[in-house]
Order: sequence, then C-alpha cells, then structure tokens
Amino acid sequence: MTGPKIIFFVLAAAIVVFAILSITSRKILRAAIFLLFVLVAISGLFYMMNFQFLAAVQLILYAGGIVVLIVFSILLTSQINSKLDPPKLNHLLSGAVTAIGGIVLSSITILQFTFKPTHTAAIGTDMRTIGRQLMDTDVHGYALPFEVISVLLLAALVGSIFIAQKNRT
Amino acid sequence: MNLQGEIPLDYMIVLSTMLFFVGLMGVLIRRNLITMLMGIELMLNAVNINFVAFNHYLFPHRLEGHFFALIVVAIAAAEAAIAIALIINIYRQFGTVSVDDVDELKY
Repeated sequence: MTGPKIIFFVLAAAIVVFAILSITSRKILRAAIFLLFVLVAISGLFYMMNFQFLAAVQLILYAGGIVVLIVFSILLTSQINSKLDPPKLNHLLSGAVTAIGGIVLSSITILQFTFKPTHTAAIGTDMRTIGRQLMDTDVHGYALPFEVISVLLLAALVGSIFIAQKNRT
Repeated sequence: MNLQGEIPLDYMIVLSTMLFFVGLMGVLIRRNLITMLMGIELMLNAVNINFVAFNHYLFPHRLEGHFFALIVVAIAAAEAAIAIALIINIYRQFGTVSVDDVDELKY
C-alpha cells in the first residue's frame, strides 16, 4: 500500500459511508451535515487528481453555498427536534433492490471493459491555463459555455426571487 | 500527483457508481422534499467524479472534463436555489414538505 492508495481508500470509504448515513439518518439536520462530509471528501478526491481549482470551487460552492442553503431551508420548514418518519417497508425494499442491483450490474460492466491508458503528456492545471481556456474562443476555448452559464445563473436568481416572493398578485 | 500507475480508473468509476446509486436510493426512499434534494446533489457529485476521473486518466492533454464539471457545479447551484424557493413556497401553501401530503395542483 502506497500513500496515494491509502488516501484514496480513506476518502472512498468516507464518501460511501457518509452518503449512506445521509440518506438513512432520521434527523434531517444531521443528514445535511453528513452531506457536507461527502462533499468535502469529494473535493479531496479532486485535489488528488491535480484539479486544485475545481476542488476549491467544490468547497466554496457546495460546502459553503448549497449546504448552507439546505440548512437554511431545513430551519425554515421543519422543527429541529422532530424525527422524520421511517421509510415504508416497500419503499425501502424497492429502493435497496434498485440500488444494489444497479451497483452490481454497472460494476460488472465497468470491470469487464479495459480502458486504454494514455501516454500523452499532461497539460498543466494551473490557474493561468484554466483562465486562458475559459475565456478563449479557439478550438479549446470555453467562452460560449461560460457566457451561457452566466445567463442561466441570472435567470435562476430572478426566478427564485419571483417564486419565493410573498404577496404577488 | 499523477494517479495513473497508483489507482486504476476502474476504482474511481466503481466509487462514483456506488455514490450515484446511493443518491438514487435516497430519492426513492425519502418522503421529505429537502432530503430528496440531497439525494439529487449526491447523484450530481457522482457524475462530477466521473468527468474529472476520465479527464485525468484518459485525456490529460485537455481540460474538457474539468470544464464540464465546473458547469455541472454551476447548474447544481442554480437548481438548488430554484428547488429551495419552490420548497419554501410549498411549505407556505400546505404547511408541510412531505411529498405524500402535497397532492393538490390547484389550491
């Protein structure tokens, strides 16, 4: 066992265990905190694969933004001490069968397929390369998706304000 | 660090498969709108792991998976904001966020 392997297995175990806890915990605020742990562990995976910028975005946007938003909505919509009802047996059964069957089927398919390793040199993932490509209009440029996503975020902002408005006529 | 020789790509994809189906199970067994939203977030994150892993292992000379993951994160943020606005509105209308009790389209 080498260092990266140990780190990977620790992160993978954290992701799977906290994800299962987050969907089975009967206290809703705890479920949100377990979701936070999953997101932080995933950002650790991104760090391992050299995508520092994406890992930072994951931490800021998911752990800092979405989880806080979810916690806010929990505090607005439910009593903090109340426990959720346990899931009905047929729901639990059908969900578990779907999940386990899906995992087994997909894993068999994945493990049968051999991915060809590549030997091309890796591009740097520093901020300069990312920023250049994000604003580039060339072959490897992503200026159009960047602008489209900004319009989408504006539309989501306006839409959510409109939906959550109190007295609209 | 370069994980090419250390950890096979299969491990990453099996991990993301497990995370995806755990999220799907969360959507199926939970009856509370907010916890269903958490299941959807788990599924989106599983997809992100896939994008980044394929980028790192199979196409290291480009950054396509990286930008796809960035865009997925932005869309997830927009989706969470809209979903929470809807949930708060539903709570105001019905007094609950359980999908079993919210069964009227017209109020």
